[in-house]
Amino acid sequence: MHAPAAASLKAASVRFGSFTAIDNLSLEIEAGSFYTILGPSGCGKSTMLRLVSDLIPAASGEVSIFGKTTEAARLAREFAFVFQDATLLPWRSALKNVELPLEVGRKRGIELPVGNRSPRELLELVGLKGRENALPHELSGGMRQRVAIARALVCQPKLLLMDEPFGALDEMTRDHLNLQLLEIWRETGTTILFVTHSIAEAVFLGQKVVMLAAHPGRLREVIDIDLPEPRTIPMRDTAEFTRYSARLRELLETC
Amino acid sequence: MAALDTLSPDADYEEAERRAIRRRRVVSVAVPVGTAVALILLWQAGVRFFEVPTYIAPAPSDVAGAFVAKSDVLIMNFWPTLIEALSGFFVGNMAAILIAIGFVHSRNIERAFFPIAVFVNTIPILAIAPILVLIFGPGLTAKVVIAALICFFPTLVNMVRGLESVSPQALELARILSASKAEVFWKIRLPSSLPFLFSALRIAATTSVIGAIVGEWVGADLGLGALIIDSTFNFNSPLLYATVFMSSGLSVLLFAAVALTERLVIRW
Ligand SMILES: Nc1ncnc2c1ncn2[C@@H]1O[C@H](COP(=O)(O)OP(=O)(O)OP(=O)(O)O)[C@@H](O)[C@H]1O
Ligand SMILES: [Mg+2]
Repeated sequence: MHAPAAASLKAASVRFGSFTAIDNLSLEIEAGSFYTILGPSGCGKSTMLRLVSDLIPAASGEVSIFGKTTEAARLAREFAFVFQDATLLPWRSALKNVELPLEVGRKRGIELPVGNRSPRELLELVGLKGRENALPHELSGGMRQRVAIARALVCQPKLLLMDEPFGALDEMTRDHLNLQLLEIWRETGTTILFVTHSIAEAVFLGQKVVMLAAHPGRLREVIDIDLPEPRTIPMRDTAEFTRYSARLRELLETC
Repeated sequence: MAALDTLSPDADYEEAERRAIRRRRVVSVAVPVGTAVALILLWQAGVRFFEVPTYIAPAPSDVAGAFVAKSDVLIMNFWPTLIEALSGFFVGNMAAILIAIGFVHSRNIERAFFPIAVFVNTIPILAIAPILVLIFGPGLTAKVVIAALICFFPTLVNMVRGLESVSPQALELARILSASKAEVFWKIRLPSSLPFLFSALRIAATTSVIGAIVGEWVGADLGLGALIIDSTFNFNSPLLYATVFMSSGLSVLLFAAVALTERLVIRW
């Protein structure tokens, strides 16, 4: 028996009125892998994540998560979403924000998975020990995003969807959070689908890079990144890394 | 010793900094207070110099005299107005909040009632007050209704705006968490609306006093509004002025109470 894919899109299309945002996209996301998604602006990267996370319906085709419909997977908390801006509730402390998923959505008759880590431990995992009671406006952008990641992990999702989570951060913070995210990924064994604008980030994080093309949004290519694990910052200066980057840049220009 | 030497310039600097902040704080209080005192003195001198009759414009010393001599009358008339304003404040804002929740819950409720709310709001409060006194009689109820009515509309509009101020992203988060409508309301919409609600409550704190006083003008034997009418007809200007100051003191009191509550509730 083959384990079901973390996410599987079969000839999926998304339309907004007469506008086709995603056309006939077929893709299998292997469980436990780290996928990065690249593509020109407006090609439908966010739309693809929103399709997978049951925020918008498919106009045609089929999307499943671990063999379930996206709705069933949402109700069972199989996946979590990290937005570009942290989307914390400003009146809740960091800890209270991480606890939010445990407080809502319980009345649907479906048992919620409870992670093996408490919200407090998750804040420690993302390096925010001691800031549990800080309000979001008292935290930096990078810290807020780490709270959002801790919140996403609280139900131990098997699939983590991230839409440019570090897009608004400076390079140093971004590097730091990249390494932290890789560590979390290795430790939790979750599957990650990570949208980014940065070629370097896509190569550095991804085991596979999904390249989308625009007008209409469709799959261009899936590129395996065969860099040694675990990834380290100095790896970015190797010839191999540069080769991948150059190849993706070339490909991006034709999308 | 060496460590102390290197520390002392810093300590000196900090001390100077602290002193500068203290000075700035004193200045920011002293300037407006000084201006007010100067204006009062000018008023006193003007009235005395031009020998203005007391019934046209009393000197500040006359007003202060009225405060002391008539303090029992002032206090006796203060309580009813306070109670009317507070009751109107609660009733009007409560109604506005509940109706705003109804509006946000269902577009149809909004379509049905919003035009009526706008229409009621366009009627000048002075025009509707006699009607309400006729309906509810000369007792407490009419004043409470007038005060409530004057608070109602700004709170309704602000509360609807506040409940709808939730970012689309927060609603997407709620959907991904499969939050129910009630959970979205209690955990996201209601807290988001609080800053909007409080800016409406600040307005209502002062307008509810206006409402109570207008109600008393139309028909009452007790209350600051009744005392204003009474002292005007008796040419008792010092008492009139004292009553006016008392009314504005009541507004300030309610406003401060709202502002203080806001500071305790909204920490973000
Ligand atoms: N709710 C919507 N209604 C109408 N059109 C939409 C909607 N959401 C997205 N689109 C359109 O779908 C296309 C894809 O949008 P999407 O946000 O997925 O792009 P993206 O790849 O995430 O872009 P970016 O890299 O800039 O974030 C765009 O042309 C956009 O205008
Ligand atoms: Mg996007």
